[in-house]
Amino acid sequence: MKIDTNAVVKDKKYKKRDYMGLVYVAPWVIGLLIFQAYPFISSLIYSFTKYNIASMEFIGFDNYIRLFKIDKEFYKSVFVTFGYVFMTVPGKLIMAMIVALILNQKLKGINIVRTIYYIPSLMGGSIAVSILWKLMFMSDGVINKMLAQVGIVGPNWIGDPKTALPTICLLEIWQFGSSMVLLLAALKAVPKELYEAASVDGANKWRMYWKITFPAISPILFFNLIMQTIQAFQNFTSAFVITNGGPNKSTYVLGMKLYTEAFSNFKMGYASAVSWVMFVLIMIMTIVLFKTSNRWVHYDD
Amino acid sequence: MKKSKYKNIGAYAFLIFFGIFMVFPIVWLFLSTFKTNAELFGSIKFWPESFRFDAYVNGWIGNGKITYTNYFKNTFELVIPVVLFTVMSSAIIAYGFARFNFPLKKIMFSILIGTLMLPNAVIIIPRYTLFNKLEWLNSYLPFWIPALFGCFPFFIYQLIQFFRGLPRELDESAYIDGCGTFKVFVRILIPLMKPALFSAGLFQFLWTWNDFLNPLIFINSVKKYPLSLALRMSLDIGANVAWNQVLAMSLLSVLPLIILFFLAQKFFVEGIATTGLKG
Repeated sequence: MKIDTNAVVKDKKYKKRDYMGLVYVAPWVIGLLIFQAYPFISSLIYSFTKYNIASMEFIGFDNYIRLFKIDKEFYKSVFVTFGYVFMTVPGKLIMAMIVALILNQKLKGINIVRTIYYIPSLMGGSIAVSILWKLMFMSDGVINKMLAQVGIVGPNWIGDPKTALPTICLLEIWQFGSSMVLLLAALKAVPKELYEAASVDGANKWRMYWKITFPAISPILFFNLIMQTIQAFQNFTSAFVITNGGPNKSTYVLGMKLYTEAFSNFKMGYASAVSWVMFVLIMIMTIVLFKTSNRWVHYDD
Repeated sequence: MKKSKYKNIGAYAFLIFFGIFMVFPIVWLFLSTFKTNAELFGSIKFWPESFRFDAYVNGWIGNGKITYTNYFKNTFELVIPVVLFTVMSSAIIAYGFARFNFPLKKIMFSILIGTLMLPNAVIIIPRYTLFNKLEWLNSYLPFWIPALFGCFPFFIYQLIQFFRGLPRELDESAYIDGCGTFKVFVRILIPLMKPALFSAGLFQFLWTWNDFLNPLIFINSVKKYPLSLALRMSLDIGANVAWNQVLAMSLLSVLPLIILFFLAQKFFVEGIATTGLKG
């Protein structure tokens, strides 16, 4: 009897305490509703309207019809965005992987190398570096002057539609350092015994990589792949500052399209439709990546 | 033995060769801030003719009305509260998720993970109209208030992971001693979380400092411009951009990040490594 009441009291006390959890997460719930859920649903509603701050008019699917049937700029924008995503995300991860594997070989001075390779990720997203890129890759900029010294006539990097997008992608790939640090940490966490056992069995490096290393770091690689893909779809700053979407719309990514329609043309409804197409594209990409993940991502538990 | 040594030389050669490409833009930026505009475009020399500070002095003054003193002040005024609010709110919310078993927790946690993948681009237009209605535009409230209400799920998730590494027995024994939940959080858990909180703060500082799109949309008077917008504006003045001044100010604008990185390198690297997130 005595034990029983104790148990009840204890149970009740725990319950009461658990409700305190709601108090702690309350700010998040408020923030979620006001700054995330409400804007999320609003932008879907806006996308079915003609909206320019002053007035709002419901027009059904007109914005979407216009995007897909009339607006040629939009297709170009989607195409350019995919180009950006497919160049930067694999480019960054492959570079990060190669350098991390080299650094993982117990080299001396690894900390200095790691620092040097990390610095671009530190400031790469800033406007300062976009400006720097613009200046360096001008037709008479330092890159072409250096190429001229070794007898190469450099292209008009940011002035030529063919090279403008790759030049912007290069800025993003240059910032592979933070992914590299991440992969390096993952590589260090792989149990050494596995390699020893494998080398006793006579496995070569290539085989060890694909049978031990890659599966062990695949969850981190996968998470990075997802987050970077989502980020890359929304890229805006470098395209805006370095080329302003040009030349000939060759760097007019969806982020630029969204910004221009919403905040230069004040077509908020139309821009919301762009944002929802972008969102759906991101969702499709994410789902595709998740679907393929059970083939190559290995979780321990 | 000999073979592995030989192999290492190859690795070093690769790292150094590639490292030159990595640091080249930054070194060039640094040296160019001492060049004159004519030198910047006319000469092919890497090294400046003399180390003059004109670009810094003139660049800082800018158009004469608003100087970089103002832009730096604005940036700190925007960034510091965002960092403090983010760390505070994220820690409290993460504590709630990690330590209590309240109703609807599973659903809420799934939503939290879902918002991790919610693109900012999708919500920015309604956010703009919302802040417009609230008359928050052209102030730093659109940055401060969402930070106060835990709108950075990335950090909440990161801190939840960290909480999970702290033994629950700590809480239990403090409860037995008669501590309330908040006291347990402040007295026992916060001190243990210092590295994680510091690391979250550093990343939020970095990202908010570098942010361009949000200030571009929410701030419209030059007086309130943070550095990112001031730099962008200096390119807008027409054909005769004083590039050496723009570069000098660009370098100064990233200098706090570099200093911070060298002071707290451990937290940057460990912050990335322990959470396994963000690339």
